[in-house]
Amino acid sequence: MSVLVYTESEDGAFKKTAYEVASYAKGIADKMGTDVAAIAFHATDAGELGTYGVSKLHNVKDAKLEKFNAGAYADSIAQAAKAVDAKVIVISSSANAKYLGSLLSVHLDAGYVSNVVELPSSTDPFTVKRSVFTNKAFSNTQISTDRKLIGLSKNAFGLKESATDCAVEDFAPSLNDDDFKVEVQSVDKATDKVTIADAEIVVSAGRGMKGPENWGMIEELADVLGAATACSKPVSDMGWRPHGEHVGQTGKPVASNLYIAIGISGAIQHLAGVSSSKVKVVINNDAEAPFFKAADYGVVGDAFEVVPALIEKLKAFKAANA
Amino acid sequence: MKILVCISHVPDTTSKINFTDDNTQFDTNGVQFVINPNDEFGLTRAMWFKEKQNASVDVVTVGGAEVEPTLRKALAIGADQAIRVDTPAVDGYAVAKELADVVKNGGYDLVIAGRESIDYNGGMVPGMVAAMTGASFVNTCIALEIEGSSATVTREIDGGKETVTASLPLVIGGQKGLVEESDLRIPNMRGIMMARKKPLDVKASVNASSETNSVSFEKPEPKGAVTLVDADNLDKLVELLHNEAKVI
Ligand SMILES: Cc1cc2nc3c(=O)[nH]c(=O)nc-3n(C[C@H](O)[C@H](O)[C@H](O)COP(=O)(O)OP(=O)(O)OC[C@H]3O[C@@H](n4cnc5c(N)ncnc54)[C@H](O)[C@@H]3O)c2cc1C
Ligand SMILES: Nc1ncnc2c1ncn2[C@@H]1O[C@H](COP(=O)(O)O)[C@@H](O)[C@H]1O
Repeated sequence: MSVLVYTESEDGAFKKTAYEVASYAKGIADKMGTDVAAIAFHATDAGELGTYGVSKLHNVKDAKLEKFNAGAYADSIAQAAKAVDAKVIVISSSANAKYLGSLLSVHLDAGYVSNVVELPSSTDPFTVKRSVFTNKAFSNTQISTDRKLIGLSKNAFGLKESATDCAVEDFAPSLNDDDFKVEVQSVDKATDKVTIADAEIVVSAGRGMKGPENWGMIEELADVLGAATACSKPVSDMGWRPHGEHVGQTGKPVASNLYIAIGISGAIQHLAGVSSSKVKVVINNDAEAPFFKAADYGVVGDAFEVVPALIEKLKAFKAANA
Repeated sequence: MKILVCISHVPDTTSKINFTDDNTQFDTNGVQFVINPNDEFGLTRAMWFKEKQNASVDVVTVGGAEVEPTLRKALAIGADQAIRVDTPAVDGYAVAKELADVVKNGGYDLVIAGRESIDYNGGMVPGMVAAMTGASFVNTCIALEIEGSSATVTREIDGGKETVTASLPLVIGGQKGLVEESDLRIPNMRGIMMARKKPLDVKASVNASSETNSVSFEKPEPKGAVTLVDADNLDKLVELLHNEAKVI
């Protein structure tokens, strides 16, 4: 009766969220007096799973599962959950995990709670805290089914080391045509850019930048920091930046370690979507901009002067700390 | 083609979030309710299928009588008929069970739901409906075309997009991009008048049991004051981010 985690990988290597869900699952397993098993697809080695408390990795190598497919992945994870008799299954909040989570929940008759931010406050009744109303509140939610599915919020729990020997075993789920009802035809993905979902740092800019021609300095700042770029909703609505960069309540959520907002006023819908970022820096020439109330650090000044100066300071800092 | 658009009735994005009854109930006092933004994009896309491909468009909400103005608004935007499943929306699973029953009985080819509702943010109803009815499922959809019984869907993925094909019946979780913001429809006078005469059926619940329930709510801790750094002293900002916040 293990706790099962779905550990996501890309090109064979585990993503940071994999270690996060493993750390969290280890916390639950300790409370329940059991161990943690993982399922992964085409992982090339067990990576650091053992460091974060996983005792056994079930690695799926089926050629048909090389690329993400929500239906087939959900079916495979359900079979692994049954094989290890998992009562608790933990997945991340990535777009792919959310996609397969609802399918997995139905396959397993497992009550599903997404956006969970803490270890369960009690395992009987099983009660977890999740964020609701786009981070404006939390709900303590009980799960009444025998099996439970937890979707862990990004960056909420962090990484906790708990060195364990991790055994690796091939796992061959039995799949059927129904698992492949949705067929991927083409993928269009910038491979050289950090994504908002994975980024530790996000540099975001708004209407204060005046026009798309001024984004060079935003990209340069992101570059220096190894950050992803994002924007406010009107900026994407006006076509200054692609829709995929729109963050906030109706765009992508941001839960990075550092969020830098430049020329963004801090409307409630924007703040809702970025507030689970750990540290927020605001650069705005209006000292009354509402974003300052939600920020940790602020600079009142003209972005066109502050951003280039900050880039120079950061370059110097990096050179000194290299 | 028969389309069902699932509409979640949610507090307006500017709402102050408060709780009553010892932090167990959402305080609806003074709160304006709207069509969930993700569902609004889907409803507008459904109107395109109605106008260009002769589809019929029904809308459905699981909830008490208080959701009816939201359904009327969807009718005013152009849906043909509305269904309200008469039971409170307790959790994603129970809502999905109720919707799955509507889908099975109505013989819908395409079910358009939103990626997530902005109140509960579960992001679970559409996929559950698909799994319960045996339909194909595509989430985070930003473009949708239907040709005969097959769909071509563009889906947002981390860092890009992906194009997939699937056969009907299909359930999608939609979002901005399905139509442009500027193409969203606002009900006009004629639409509002017509909506009054369109059918709004109240359907009995199948009494789906829930799998989860919210026992209490909490608000986040109030935030400490901002530390302001002078624009002429950005070394200080770098120093704070490195030594105090430890994020660079
Ligand atoms: C249903 C709904 C959903 C929404 N969802 C979202 C969402 O998900 N995400 C989102 O972002 N918005 C969302 N919005 C829009 C939101 O209400 C705001 O309109 C939007 O966030 C404002 O964008 P902005 O801050 O870039 O622009 P503005 O509000 O115009 O702010 C520009 C800021 O730039 C500053 N500025 C100007 N010049 C300079 C300069 N030279 N240097 C430094 N600063 C400067 C100004 O002082 C100002 O504070 C939503 C709105 C609605 C109604
Ligand atoms: N009570 C409801 N009635 C009808 N549809 C709903 C209801 N709740 C959620 N949905 C649909 O499911 C989507 C995702 O909701 P959720 O799983 O709650 O985040 C929404 O965008 C709606 O399309």
